[in-house]
Amino acid sequence: MKKNTNKGSAPLLDVRNLQTYFKTDEGIVKAVDGISFTLGEGETLGIVGESGSGKSVTNLSIMRLIQSPPGKIVGGQILFEGKDILTLSEKELRHVRGNEISMIFQDPMTSLNPFLRISTQMIETILLHQKMTKKEALKKSIDMLKLVGIPAAEERVHNYPHQFSGGMRQRVMIGMALSCEAKVLIADEPTTALDVTIQAQILELINELAKKLNTAVILITHDLGVVAGMCDTVCVMYAGKIVEKAKTEDLYASPSHPYTFGLIQSVPRLDKAQDGKLYSIEGQPPNVIDLPECCPFHPRCNKKMDICTYKYPPVKKVGENHEVACWLYADEKEKSST
Amino acid sequence: MTKYVIKRLLGIIPTLLIIITVSFFIVRLAPGGPFDGERNLPETIKRNIEAKYHFDEPLLMQYGRYMFDILRGDLGPSYRYKDHDVNFYIFESLPNSMILGVIAISISVLFGISSGILAAVKQNTWADYLGMAFAIVGISVPLFVIGPVLQYVFAVKLQWVPTSGWYTVDGNWITIILPAITLSAANFGTIARLTRSSMLETLRSDYIRTAKAKGMKSSTILFKHALKGTLLPIVSYLGPAFAGVVTGSVVVESVFRIPGLGKFFVQSSFNRDYTLIVGVVIVYSVILIFMNFIVDILYSLLDPRITYK
Ligand SMILES: Nc1ncnc2c1ncn2[C@@H]1O[C@H](COP(=O)(O)OP(=O)(O)OP(=O)(O)O)[C@@H](O)[C@H]1O
Ligand SMILES: [Mg+2]
Repeated sequence: MKKNTNKGSAPLLDVRNLQTYFKTDEGIVKAVDGISFTLGEGETLGIVGESGSGKSVTNLSIMRLIQSPPGKIVGGQILFEGKDILTLSEKELRHVRGNEISMIFQDPMTSLNPFLRISTQMIETILLHQKMTKKEALKKSIDMLKLVGIPAAEERVHNYPHQFSGGMRQRVMIGMALSCEAKVLIADEPTTALDVTIQAQILELINELAKKLNTAVILITHDLGVVAGMCDTVCVMYAGKIVEKAKTEDLYASPSHPYTFGLIQSVPRLDKAQDGKLYSIEGQPPNVIDLPECCPFHPRCNKKMDICTYKYPPVKKVGENHEVACWLYADEKEKSST
Repeated sequence: MTKYVIKRLLGIIPTLLIIITVSFFIVRLAPGGPFDGERNLPETIKRNIEAKYHFDEPLLMQYGRYMFDILRGDLGPSYRYKDHDVNFYIFESLPNSMILGVIAISISVLFGISSGILAAVKQNTWADYLGMAFAIVGISVPLFVIGPVLQYVFAVKLQWVPTSGWYTVDGNWITIILPAITLSAANFGTIARLTRSSMLETLRSDYIRTAKAKGMKSSTILFKHALKGTLLPIVSYLGPAFAGVVTGSVVVESVFRIPGLGKFFVQSSFNRDYTLIVGVVIVYSVILIFMNFIVDILYSLLDPRITYK
């Protein structure tokens, strides 16, 4: 589904310097700390990073779904069609949620309401944002379930979530998320809870439907293989920050940040003999509580320099649409200031 | 479902038989007997009394006789109150306790659930703190304090209602208000706190987040998506709470002079009035077992994941 994003016109979604912190007993968790990216119409953006790097928090922030307390969006802007989501009223926000931006959550087992029939949950979603009768909404729900590959959709639409398997529930979630024909679809690791054979099917499904409906997609994943197959652009997140951002081809052709390099190395590949061993990045991702001003990756980095241990690197352009936050690419002037 | 209901109802019978048997023997294990209070009875009279109540027979035979009576619906004679038998005392007082209890538990449920929901929705505001303060008062202040305080304020000072009385005695329904409020206090507190924590937990769940992400109104989310999950723990609390409240409270009955069942729980034990003790135990057990059955049915109605076959 690789497509040229229409340059020139304003992007559909423009996240600027977003900061989301959590207040905990141990201290302030800077789950997302100053990230920026844009998403054009019909474009697919991948967000990759290890567990805890802030992928989910980023996307929950876009929908203003961060549990508060303890969480709070402390800074930045989230411009959707030029309007800052963070300043919308409750009512305006409800119009964006589900209608303009819809979301598939990480855990299909718990994300559907166990007390309500699938039909109830789908119909209410459709009626919320579209002018239709209940009957038409039911028909559309059945059509959506058929679209996502639920067999005997006419009957199963009246079932409760517990009557579906995990993979089926995730399909239902996808059907529900797509039923409103939102402009942006956020899919938060839509397949991690599922088994491998279904994973590919679900991703293919999202890909196909998004193309058909010209939906822009933010796809969150651990899996760089998935990104390569689906995304136009990729953001690599580490400890609440975007460390590298590039067109997918560029990222694979010339990974610039040592972390990205490590990630790509650690994707198991059949074409390269690896003497039976899998590459992995040594060490653990850092705790994002009270993180010092350093590059958070430096303890695990094999190209570490002195400056990495006490100062966060500036974001540098290393190609067209290719940005990286690493001291390797900074010039001397930036290194010497302070 | 019908099959399940029949199965459950039939299951009550063996449970009850066990309860009756155990109570029958346990009450007789306690030291003393029903006629110990009546001192210096001549030996012949004593023997006559014992013969009348079959105390001279072996225990197992007494048990058999008692069970046989129960199967015919006769709970036997009271050993202490000579005018009537146990059936009479229970069926005279139980309706009074039932009416008072049903009103009290309705008050607890109505105010408990609504203030619990309000407290959860307005978490950490004055509404939350006020509601929970009331809940704590309801739970921790004993009935024999709440009752007299209410009497003092509303009957003595404001003179809105009489201090005590009962409609079967004086035909005045208004006297039921104060004892009902008194009896509702503890359950109100517990239900309010249960509702609050259950609602908070539900509101944090993933499926509520999904509902928000769909762009639904908070009020719709609250009543359509969150209420059922919130009510589950309250429903299971209500079963035993209901049984406890409709079988009377000796404190409320004596503070407000109500002819209820509660006093028999205490008096019959002091008097070693074996048949009356087992009688009230049976009444309590039947109500408790039945309420648990109702709770299970309600559960299956609220939660589609639970089905009975
Ligand atoms: N409610 C919360 N309270 C405190 N900390 C939180 C909360 N939610 C998230 N965090 C913290 O924010 C950080 C980022 O979490 P996030 O869920 O975004 O990770 P993720 O990249 O989505 O990981 P995964 O791949 O496992 O889903 C983590 O360190 C997490 O501990
Ligand atoms: Mg996540």
